Amino acid sequence: MSQGNMNLTLKVWRQKNATTKGAFVTYKAEGISPDMSFLEMLDVVNEGLIHKGEEPIHFDHDCREGICGMCSLYINGHPHGPKGAITTCQLHMRTFHDGEIIVIEPWRAAAFPVIKDLAVDRSSFDRIQQAGGFVSVNTGVTIDANAIPIPKVIADEAFNSATCIGCGACVAACKNASAMLFVSAKVSQLGVLPQGQPERWSRVQAMVAQMDAEGFGNCTNTGACEAECPKEIKMTNISRMNNDYFSAKLFRQEGVHEHATGGE
Amino acid sequence: MTLDAKIPAGPLAEKWSKHKFNLKLVNPANKRKYDVIVVGTGLAGGAAAASLAELGYNVKAFCFQDSPRRAHSIAAQGGINAAKNYQNDGDSVYRLFYDTIKGGDYRSREGNVYRLAEVSVNIIDQCVAQGVPFAREYGGLLDNRSFGGAQVSRTFYARGQTGQQLLLGAYSALNRQIHLGKVKMYTRTEMLDVVMVDGHAKGIVTRNLIDGKIETHTGHAVLLATGGYGNVFFLSTNAIGSNVTAAWRAHKRGAFFANPCYTQIHPTCIPVTGDHQSKLTLMSESLRNDGRVWAPKTVEIAKKLQTGELKANQVKEEDRDYFLERKYPSFGNLVPRDVASRNAKEMVDEHRGVGGSGIAVFLDFADAIHRLGRDAVSAKYGNLFDMYYQITNEDPYTQPMRIYPAVHYTMGGLWVDYNLMTNVPGLYALGECNFSDHGANRLGASALMQGLADGYFVIPYTLGDYLATIGPKPVDSKHPAFEQTKQDVMARINKLLSLKGTKTVVEYHRDLGHIMWEYCGMARTAEGLIKAKGLISALRADFWKNAIVVGENEEVNPALERAGRVADFLELGELMVDDALQRKESCGGHFRLESQTPEGEALRDDEHFAFVAAWEYQGDNQPEKLNKEMLDFEFVHLTQRSYK
Repeated sequence: MSQGNMNLTLKVWRQKNATTKGAFVTYKAEGISPDMSFLEMLDVVNEGLIHKGEEPIHFDHDCREGICGMCSLYINGHPHGPKGAITTCQLHMRTFHDGEIIVIEPWRAAAFPVIKDLAVDRSSFDRIQQAGGFVSVNTGVTIDANAIPIPKVIADEAFNSATCIGCGACVAACKNASAMLFVSAKVSQLGVLPQGQPERWSRVQAMVAQMDAEGFGNCTNTGACEAECPKEIKMTNISRMNNDYFSAKLFRQEGVHEHATGGE
Repeated sequence: MTLDAKIPAGPLAEKWSKHKFNLKLVNPANKRKYDVIVVGTGLAGGAAAASLAELGYNVKAFCFQDSPRRAHSIAAQGGINAAKNYQNDGDSVYRLFYDTIKGGDYRSREGNVYRLAEVSVNIIDQCVAQGVPFAREYGGLLDNRSFGGAQVSRTFYARGQTGQQLLLGAYSALNRQIHLGKVKMYTRTEMLDVVMVDGHAKGIVTRNLIDGKIETHTGHAVLLATGGYGNVFFLSTNAIGSNVTAAWRAHKRGAFFANPCYTQIHPTCIPVTGDHQSKLTLMSESLRNDGRVWAPKTVEIAKKLQTGELKANQVKEEDRDYFLERKYPSFGNLVPRDVASRNAKEMVDEHRGVGGSGIAVFLDFADAIHRLGRDAVSAKYGNLFDMYYQITNEDPYTQPMRIYPAVHYTMGGLWVDYNLMTNVPGLYALGECNFSDHGANRLGASALMQGLADGYFVIPYTLGDYLATIGPKPVDSKHPAFEQTKQDVMARINKLLSLKGTKTVVEYHRDLGHIMWEYCGMARTAEGLIKAKGLISALRADFWKNAIVVGENEEVNPALERAGRVADFLELGELMVDDALQRKESCGGHFRLESQTPEGEALRDDEHFAFVAAWEYQGDNQPEKLNKEMLDFEFVHLTQRSYK
């Protein structure tokens, strides 16, 4: 199947399961084409391992077009590899040079335990959103979609936060393994829209409480999260979340907060 | 067996309202006595699970991904149709209905499609209420764009990530119900069989993808929302994990599989570069609003473009053939997908293709950039242009995109009636995994509409009718059918794990894909299909002798997961070929070379083929039985489709 001429050395983290100790194992990736995606390069290595009757390297992946957020991989010290604003599945081998040594690790964070090899358990992200990342509206509303005009700049701002794919690169990049960028993006999307106002103050408290309970670290404003985020989510979300959080804690009790419209 | 679609009688516009009134209800206090299984958490499954839990049912939801938010609905780019007529350009429920029936080449049910168009407006209201950030105009109102097969602007969108935003909306509704304890969510769990008790679906068997545990789950009804089977072609725009297993297992337990040969080949995808390729990436149909599709007029110029001697922007205007604009002046670049795909293939077949392989045509934005400016084009399509650049290393702002058709969607799927119930009582199919609304070709921006219509606005009404009929008596988990089905699943896993041959599962999958693409793709002939049937059958036999499946069941084992899915694709592939063979007409995404008009357009044969082909499983290695549901057209006059 090989059809390129790049030869690479991979140092890959292998770990049988959550309770077994892991280690780096070295593999050769030969005949790699620069047009392959990084995951396709791993596919080639895995096919070779299967032919030898060995266990393939396990990694999470699905859509392979940068939107599902399933792929991860810490490549040469960067979540999703050395290029900015893309996911691992969008990284192509032309980014590397022939003969290069590539180190591949899983996301490292206490709240993301390793499942096997390079795949980690990110269900903590789901639980944070279950705690309050929604508008409490049942199916069957009858308000016309255009009944509440939303200024374009607010809609765009909500979209910019909503574009988060929940991959966890922000946590992996952070020296504190903080999930603040992720949580703040979710809080912001609904916090700036009129539909999110009724639960704005309870939502931020519930989501932050769950984030803390999951064991994510705190934010010390280093900014690695923003630098590594494949969807370029901005740290201003964190400021907005902190603002809402303190506001909620100090001045607003559930049910008696002043009515807010349309965000900041 | 006669298939009763249960389409209510009466005028089109009254069918659904009347039907809703006639359906039995489950009283609020009784709803909590029912368990409902939902498999798949994309738009259809996620919306259904959330909405049913809101009504008070106990829902158990399953997905093979690590989170319900990763279902492949997330990758839909362009938009969602709704007959809101916000643009005042002549849209209506009837027009959306008509466009969808015509777009589907008159191979779908009038009643279903009208209902789809009718509830489309509610979907947009619902999503906005959830906080879905659709694109807006400066006045704060919702923006629309145009899509293929329509002459009105009715597509709502969120940049090039509409599927993502709609799925996150459904996911948030689902999260709320998980938090309230009304939905029990099982992630990284794959459904491997349906449990049948006295002819009714009463549960499923699953494999935990972390520890391999095989488990049974009981439910008063089982809803499959497990997506399409495009990955039977190996290369498609589907996610790597997308598969037919849940639907296929249901089929082998008695559910009819309808129109399996109806495959949508999407015209604008990034062309294949080599054998290493694991998937194809779509460039949204919305690009055809502003991009112009062309190929060089002569083979000589095409050759120079292929070798790189000539660059695309050096080709003179008079040497370019904007073939869609030339052949279809009234729809131009916005003809439906099947028409655009076939014409691109025609260019390549005439050796007028471009790119290194010669298997591509151009999608050019130079005019749009000149007319609107680079910034405006970037605001509309920026993320798609970036995606194209990442994959090809070519800048679509300065040279045209190279595109070629790729498998994108499957219109066929489990046969369902108007209530979305399969012919197996208690077993439902929603979204892409059913066959019902798109006929032989789906219009762009209609998949999201159908998934959410089924999940939010159809199943919450129709499911109650069945549940009220069977009553709330708990399902007996001790019934021997549960243990027996579990044993069947384990036997199959053990058989797969015993395969220690010389060829990997991925290699089999790739071989199957080549056969399907070559003989059951954009254009088909009886001769080719007969050949394909033999090839698939031989490949399947070889798979069960010579495949390699490494590892064990009691661990994370993606090789085993893939093996089970590919084994099912090998069976489905043959059924698709059988279905394509019996349908001697051309219609929509199904083009038989033997059946074309003098101009080379698809020639339907309404006299002989205005039916749904519903295939009935007859046992291993037995030919399947064809059942026909005749399509009645009471309101729409069947005409040869024209986009000229």
